Amino acid sequence: MNANAHAANRQPLPLTTYVTVWVALLMLTGLTITVASLHLGAWSVLAAIIIATVKGTLVLLYFMHLLHEERVFKVMLFLALFTLTIILVLTYADVLLR
Amino acid sequence: MSDAAVHEYHPDVKGSKIGMWLFLFTELLLFGGMFLLYSVYRAKNTGDFHYASLNLDLVTGAINTVILLTSSLTMVLAIGMLERRDRKRSLYFILITIALGLVFLVNKYFEWSHKIHHGIYPGSVELTGRTSGENLFYALYFLMTGLHGLHVIAGLVVLGFMAKMVATPSRQSVPVTALTPDARAGATTVLVEYAEHDALDQQKLIRLENAGLYWHLVDVIWIFLFPLFYLIS
Repeated sequence: MNANAHAANRQPLPLTTYVTVWVALLMLTGLTITVASLHLGAWSVLAAIIIATVKGTLVLLYFMHLLHEERVFKVMLFLALFTLTIILVLTYADVLLR
Repeated sequence: MSDAAVHEYHPDVKGSKIGMWLFLFTELLLFGGMFLLYSVYRAKNTGDFHYASLNLDLVTGAINTVILLTSSLTMVLAIGMLERRDRKRSLYFILITIALGLVFLVNKYFEWSHKIHHGIYPGSVELTGRTSGENLFYALYFLMTGLHGLHVIAGLVVLGFMAKMVATPSRQSVPVTALTPDARAGATTVLVEYAEHDALDQQKLIRLENAGLYWHLVDVIWIFLFPLFYLIS
């Protein structure tokens, strides 16, 4: 019971943190549109994916509270993403190198 | 005061969150498979994907991105307010989140209608005359943004329930001192009700947090969909 009560009563994050993250997300959206308009060829794909990953990470860490969550949640997410990466990389490689 | 009675009302916070995350992982694999499909077909039809992507309206896509990011902020603020036991503001933020989700869907509706009006939809006469690469691009566009749209609708339904839940006050309890001597004899019941009141608030919080996790995942998926369909051209 104590552990549960503790988990729910985790120190609430200051609301300004959320607003800051939101501003960062909007700026990154602007950045990704700007980079796309520069016509960098193959690099623009990579840049778009990197920026999207940064944005996704911000949402996961702050909006989804992963940063202040217990260790088990981080391990679980790591395993899920690791599995997904293996599936993506191996299938992609198989198709392209066939 | 019976400890057992109090225990029964305590929700399993960690357990329900783990359950929610496990569900989110299945969503991740579902969309992951489609991203894989997109990458492979794109690698094989780079020119066609590039050309087709130019026909998507970047402005609508960008506006929808901003709307969804903002809805994520209001969602997390709703949780923050409930954490601070401010039910009223929490409800306001949930309602704003719902409104933003609806605006997103309306934009999507106009975007799709525009495409369909120009004869661009899977299996259309217009598309059969075009390259297979363009056909693949639009098939994936309608499939992925469509499935994402369904997730937004599901999220809105969940948020509707959350709004009702937050709007309803938890069972009111009366301080023991405010009771008549007769009622004070039954103080045990009152204490248990106090505990229940707290546990109910906690349960509301965990439900809203789980609803928030779902809403944010839908946002994360859009964060990846947006550059892939609207920008990489």
